[in-house]
Amino acid sequence: MTSQEQNAGSAAGIPAAEARDVSKRYGATVALHSAGIAVRAGETHALVGRNGAGKSTLVSILTGLQRPDGGEIRFDGAPAPALADRDAWRQRVACVYQKSTIIPTLTVAENLFLNRQSGRGLIDWRGLRRRAADLLAGYGVDVDPAALAGSLTVEQRQLVEIARALSFGARFIILDEPTAQLDAAAIDRLFDRMRELQSSGVTFLFISHHLQEVYEVCQRVTVLRDARHILTEPVEALSRDELVAAMTGETGRALAEGVSRPPVPATAPVVLDVRGLRLAGYYDGVDLTVRAGELVGLIGSGSSGKVALAETIAGLRRADAGTVTIAGSTPKPGQVPAAIAAGLGYLPQDRHREGLVPLLSVAENATMPIAGRLGPAGIIAPARQQATAERMIRTYDIKTDGPRQPVSDLSGGNAQKVVLARALANDPKALVMVSPTAGVDVRSKASLLGAVNEAAAGGAGVLVVSDELDDLRSCDRVLVMFHGEVIRDVPRGWTDADLVSAVEGVEQQ
Amino acid sequence: MTGTETIAKPPTSGGTRPGGGRLPLARLRDFALVPAILLLVVVGALIDPVFLSSANITNVLQQQTELALLVLAEAIILIAGKFDLSLESTIGLAPALAVALVIPAASNGLGTELPAGLAIVLCLLTGLAIGAFNGLLILRFKLSAFIVTLGMLIVLRGLQIGITGGQNLFDIPPSVLYLGSAVWLGVPASIWISGTLFVVGIVALGYFRHGRSVYAIGGNTDAARAAGIRTDRVVWVVLMIGGLLAALAGLLMTGRLGSVAAAQGDGMIFTVFAAAVIGGISLDGGKGTLFGALCGVIVLGLINNILTLAGVSAQWIQAIYGAIILVALILARLTSGKAQD
Ligand SMILES: Nc1ncnc2c1ncn2[C@@H]1O[C@H](COP(=O)(O)OP(=O)(O)OP(=O)(O)O)[C@@H](O)[C@H]1O
Ligand SMILES: [Mg+2]
Repeated sequence: MTSQEQNAGSAAGIPAAEARDVSKRYGATVALHSAGIAVRAGETHALVGRNGAGKSTLVSILTGLQRPDGGEIRFDGAPAPALADRDAWRQRVACVYQKSTIIPTLTVAENLFLNRQSGRGLIDWRGLRRRAADLLAGYGVDVDPAALAGSLTVEQRQLVEIARALSFGARFIILDEPTAQLDAAAIDRLFDRMRELQSSGVTFLFISHHLQEVYEVCQRVTVLRDARHILTEPVEALSRDELVAAMTGETGRALAEGVSRPPVPATAPVVLDVRGLRLAGYYDGVDLTVRAGELVGLIGSGSSGKVALAETIAGLRRADAGTVTIAGSTPKPGQVPAAIAAGLGYLPQDRHREGLVPLLSVAENATMPIAGRLGPAGIIAPARQQATAERMIRTYDIKTDGPRQPVSDLSGGNAQKVVLARALANDPKALVMVSPTAGVDVRSKASLLGAVNEAAAGGAGVLVVSDELDDLRSCDRVLVMFHGEVIRDVPRGWTDADLVSAVEGVEQQ
Repeated sequence: MTGTETIAKPPTSGGTRPGGGRLPLARLRDFALVPAILLLVVVGALIDPVFLSSANITNVLQQQTELALLVLAEAIILIAGKFDLSLESTIGLAPALAVALVIPAASNGLGTELPAGLAIVLCLLTGLAIGAFNGLLILRFKLSAFIVTLGMLIVLRGLQIGITGGQNLFDIPPSVLYLGSAVWLGVPASIWISGTLFVVGIVALGYFRHGRSVYAIGGNTDAARAAGIRTDRVVWVVLMIGGLLAALAGLLMTGRLGSVAAAQGDGMIFTVFAAAVIGGISLDGGKGTLFGALCGVIVLGLINNILTLAGVSAQWIQAIYGAIILVALILARLTSGKAQD
């Protein structure tokens, strides 16, 4: 492939950022194999590929965090600065990394202006907070700049990262899956801001697994597959199916329409029963039931309170009033172990903080809740753990060196699959999953959702909390939350437009 | 260590709610120990009127200066997310080595008999070098700070015994004695020095970019690096400052006691950590303030003084002091509402 060379000579002139023949290995894993990309000045360039294709590795090389084993990086035609010269890198490129780079123990204001709180002299904390408030207002982020960043929701943290990256005044900005944790309104605001910056000459490299976003904001797209550069084309020259085919290396439909499922009998026992639940500031008077074998969706904007509701069911929060009944028993509110003992499986939103033990292996992480079943008297039989983990790796399509690899070395989407595998591992009676497919590629999405369907078919009651319409297609019904209340209960057969307008609180008919 | 939990702490609610009063709360945390200090002062005054005499107060403060400097050093190192256990050996070895290099062999010196005026510089350089060596092992060779400095604690103590033949050094040059015994404007110089260094530290860590980068590194090293902070360099400097402060503490202690004991500083590290943790410094890194740490030092000093004034027998004082520290840790945990992880 020499498309990057063609681009360099094209009418657009010298690329704003370019990686040539870049290679990177991690032990036995080849993360990049003489891959290249050329981003023209002023364009928004999409970078897509399956989980583990090497996108984030390329980002860390393009931002000077990692040294490539081979190849070179150029900005505006000039060779990249030395790796140690962080300031020079930061002038050339700003980035929202896939992994959070928010420091939870510092305030939001300080995170926004980290390492540039002041010039040489004393830090003016008041002024800093004021500047932070102004910056946040531009993104519609309603957070107190003096709050500790650790107290923010996942979505708010993501918005803080985006606001920070866009505020450096860099002419080239990389966004690695910025939208994975955002609701539709926040994504729209981000895109507006990107278009604005683009019209003032800023260049973007944009990574996402939501292909419709690629068509929405990007002009050209580069596909990576198995560490290699596959193609670089204008987006209008590629249909969605062609794009998926380039990413996966095989033709065929990307995502099933949603599996058809036999209706759940009205006599099926209720496994999750929520009555009159209220948490001041988040939601009020929520009732919902999920029966065994039923797949129920819960959709709503970031401010709808849907995540807080899920966290309450899981025992992470304690409601002010109301009850949660799981499989007939009422666990002590506000206690996760009680909820788990009652038969709840939970997939948290914040995977990095709540989901995984980074230094343990894939096998240990994935089999954690069922460790007791892998051998007699609490002994974990290594062979059985290994075998179970290998089965999970196949079922969930996890790209890894093997069950022994530490999860901290997995790509973002693959780590996500491990968390999901674990949530499903111990056959919970009721399963609550928040954004189960965030950061997962188009093809793996289908297999993950297939696994969720199977769990339901096996008799679990599943509540899928997500903004992602694809996550909800197989659901028997979808509940819509708006400003803390469940306002609609939509049966199967909805259209996208239907649901989207319901989420935005637009009355039907 | 948050990553080792499979189950989350509940997200702090109300992060976005207006009127939550976050800032005042965070600020309050800094002053959490002030009521405790006031209470101890009242208790002390009730137990013995001597307690409030300026001679006693000066005495309490002066005795705490060496601990205070070690806590200052340890607090900065902890905030940067590292550990240094070897400080308690540096406080002995640095002055011992410096003195041994200048005094005659007849007084247990090494026989080099360097000019006595160099002693202070030699002492501080020793501290700096120890910090730099710790940094080398921790940052270059990527060893665990805990185990490296535990090893250094033993090695340095052993070096001191080797150099001095296990003897206390008594023939101390006057220059070395000066800082620990001088009185400036009616107040011991050591109090001035410690006080000033705390103020410098509080300002540097609170109001300067480089100081804030210590917090950033302790909070999330990868994020700090991504933000352009030279994390290794900053941590290295912090470890060297730690060694330097410990050496200075050694000078003060030597001046106050008039000799370098073979076991100078032995066993101090527990008190150092206790003061830091009671003062709100997290062993996880990135959290706590130097003002809080200073309050922790003062609390421990007052408790110690009150126990002495109350006439607790010498055989029991250690057990009771230790127990009170544990109680103080529990109280600090309860009042802050955060786990001391
Ligand atoms: N630090 C590391 N140590 C070992 N292997 C690594 C490390 N970082 C990445 N890898 C491996 O390199 C490959 C590429 O990872 P990368 O994070 O670039 O994927 P990605 O395209 O960003 O995927 P995703 O869409 O899931 O984010 C993966 O197979 C991953 O396991
Ligand atoms: Mg990635």
